[in-house]
Amino acid sequence: MANLSLRTLTKAYAQTEVLHGINLDVADGEFIVFVGPSGCGKSTTLRMIAGLEEVTSGEVVIGDRVVNHLEPKERDIAMVFQNYAIYPHMSVKKNIAFGLRSSRMSRPDKEARIAEVAGILDMTHLLDRKPAQLSGGQRQRVAIGRAMVRDPAVFLFDEPLSNLDAQLRTQMRLEIKKLHQRVGNTIVFVTHDQVEAMTMADRIVIMKDGHIQQVGTPSEVYHSPANTFVAQFIGAPSMNMLPGTLNGGGVRLASGQSVGTIHTSTTSRPILLGVRPDDLTLQGSGPTVVTGHVAVREPLGAETLIYVTTEAGEVIAKADGRSPPDVGAHVTLSADPANVHVFDADSGSVLT
Amino acid sequence: MTATDIRASSATLDRSAVTKPRNMGQIIRWLLLFIGGVLMVMPIAYMISTSLKWPHEVYNVNLIPQEPTIENYTYVLEDGRFYWWFVNSIIIATITTISNLLFDSLVGYTLCKFRFPGRQIVFIAILSTLMIPTEMLVIPWYLMSQSLGWLDSYWGIMFPGLMTAFGTFLMKQFFESVPDDFIEAARIDGLNELQIWWTVALPLVKPALAALAIFVFLGNWTAFLWPLIVTNSVEMYTIPVGLSGFGDEADVAWELIMTGAAISTIPTLVVFLIFQRFIIRGVVMAGLKG
Ligand SMILES: Nc1ncnc2c1ncn2[C@@H]1O[C@H](COP(=O)(O)OP(=O)(O)OP(=O)(O)O)[C@@H](O)[C@H]1O
Ligand SMILES: [Mg+2]
Repeated sequence: MANLSLRTLTKAYAQTEVLHGINLDVADGEFIVFVGPSGCGKSTTLRMIAGLEEVTSGEVVIGDRVVNHLEPKERDIAMVFQNYAIYPHMSVKKNIAFGLRSSRMSRPDKEARIAEVAGILDMTHLLDRKPAQLSGGQRQRVAIGRAMVRDPAVFLFDEPLSNLDAQLRTQMRLEIKKLHQRVGNTIVFVTHDQVEAMTMADRIVIMKDGHIQQVGTPSEVYHSPANTFVAQFIGAPSMNMLPGTLNGGGVRLASGQSVGTIHTSTTSRPILLGVRPDDLTLQGSGPTVVTGHVAVREPLGAETLIYVTTEAGEVIAKADGRSPPDVGAHVTLSADPANVHVFDADSGSVLT
Repeated sequence: MTATDIRASSATLDRSAVTKPRNMGQIIRWLLLFIGGVLMVMPIAYMISTSLKWPHEVYNVNLIPQEPTIENYTYVLEDGRFYWWFVNSIIIATITTISNLLFDSLVGYTLCKFRFPGRQIVFIAILSTLMIPTEMLVIPWYLMSQSLGWLDSYWGIMFPGLMTAFGTFLMKQFFESVPDDFIEAARIDGLNELQIWWTVALPLVKPALAALAIFVFLGNWTAFLWPLIVTNSVEMYTIPVGLSGFGDEADVAWELIMTGAAISTIPTLVVFLIFQRFIIRGVVMAGLKG
C-alpha cells in the first residue's frame, strides 16, 4: 500500500520551473532517501510534501487523501529541520510537548507519550534542560523527539545530520535507522551525502536539476546505475568513465586500446565505458580494460587506491593494502564483464 | 636553542613591544570615558544639588548646597498637583508602552515574515513617516483631536504615540534574525499564525522588546510639546508640562522643578532595571545548530 505518492509534481518560482514532474510511490513504513547535488530540488520536494511550499501542479497524496490544499498540521506529517529549530526559550520537555499541542489526547496520556519518546531517545534526564544546555547531537535528538511524539504517517527529515561532526553523524545515522526499525513510520530523508543515502535507505531517489534520475535500492543504484550521473554520484571514489565505441559486442576505447566482448548489442555507436575502482583487478581475471603506469598511491589501510595514467586518461583502481604496486609500475587492469557498464555517449543512459 | 626557548623568548619580545602602546591607548580611553562620564553625570548632579538648595542659592554654581534642605521635596510631594501629574504620566507612559510592544511587533512581524502584495509599499509608507518632525504634526493632531473631542483627555495625549514607525522598523529588523525554520516548525506543530507570533516569535525577540519598552517609556515620560498643547486643565498635565509651570509667572522656581525632575527619574530607573535584564544577546541562536 502506498502511504505517500507524488504525481507529476512540479514547482515553479515565478517563471522558473525548478521541479519538472516528480513521480514517486512510497510504501507504508519505507525509508526513502532523496539524494542529489546542491540545488537539485530535494528540499523543495520535501517542503511541498510538508505543505510549507505550494504545489505548482501535480498531486501530493498522503494515505488516501490528496493533501495539496491542506495545512501542514492537517497532513499527518512531522518534520525535522537541518537547523533543528527547537525553541530556545522552552525546556526540552516543552519542546517535545509542543508536537502534541493539536492532539486531542488527555493530559496523562500526553505525559505518558512524552515520557515514552524521551525513553526511546534516551533523553529522560535532559527533559528539564533548555536547548542552550545541550550538545548538537542532543539538540537534534530533541528535534526528532518533537517530530516522533505525534506518531505521524510520514516523517520528513531535511539534512538533519549535516551540522554534526563526522563521528556524531555516523552515530546519529545508526540511531535514526534503529529508530525507524523500532517505530516503523514512513520516512522521507533528504541528504546530499551519498554514504548517508546508501547506509540508511530502503530505496534511494537520486535527483538532478529537478528530475529524478533513478529510484532503487542501494544495491540497485550501485550495481545497476541507470545513467552516468547516477554511476558517478553513487560510490566513492566514483566510477571510471572511458570514452570509446561499441563495435560488435566489443569496445574500442578512444585511446586505441580494445576491450574484449562485454556487451550483447552489435550496433556500432559512441559509448562511455564505466567501471568502478573496486571492480578493476590487477590479477588479470576477465578481459583487460586498460593498461598504464601507477602515478599516485593513496593507502587507506585495508586497501590502496592507485591512480593509473593510461592512454584513455586517468583511471582509479583499488589494490591490495599490504602489497600495492609501486609508483611507476606498469599495471594491467581487467574486469569481469558483468561489472562493466556501457553508457550511451550522447544521452548518458545505460545500454542494456 | 630548543623550540620552547624560541617560543618563550619571542613571547617576551612580543610583550615588551606591545605593552607601551597598549598602556597609552588605555590612558586615552580612560580619559575619554572620564570626560564622557562627567558630561553625563553633571546635569544629574546639578539636578539633585539644586533640589536640595534654598531658593536664594539656586543661581550659585556650587555643587554642594551651603544649607542642604529637603524642604523642596516636602513641598512638591504635599502639593496635590504633582501627585496628579505623576499618576497621569505613569498611566500614559505605561499604556503607550504596552500598545507599542504589541502593535509594533505585530506589524513588524507581518512585514518581515509574510509575503503579500503591497508589502514593500506599506513598509516604505511607515518608514517615510519617520521623516516628518513632531513639530509639523502637532497642528494636524490638534485639529483632529479638536474635531473628535479628544482635547484634554488621556486618549488625546496618547493617540499619536500608540504605534511608532521607529518601533515597527526596529521590530521588523529584529524578526529578520528569527530563522524561518522556527516558524515553519511551529506551523507543522499546528499553531495558527497568531499563536506562532505570540508563543514562538515574540519570546525570541525579547531583547528588542525590552529595548523598545525602555525607549517608548522614556520617550513618553519626557514628552513635552504635544502634552502641553493638547491639555488645558492642570489635572490633565503630565510631569514635564506641570513642572514647567512651577512657580509663579515672574519667577521660575528652579529648585522645585529640579525636585520634581529628581522624583520623576525614579520610575524611569525602575523601568530600566526591569527591562535591561532581558537585553541579553544570543537568545535566538540557542535553538539552532550548535
Ligand atoms: N524561494 C525561492 N525562490 C526562487 N528559487 C528558489 C527558491 N527556493 C529554492 N529555489 C531554487 O530551487 C532549486 C531547488 O532548491 P532546493 O532548496 O530544493 O535545493 P536542494 O536540493 O535542497 O539543495 P541543497 O542541497 O543545497 O539544500 C534551486 O535551484 C533554488 O535556487
Ligand atoms: Mg536543501
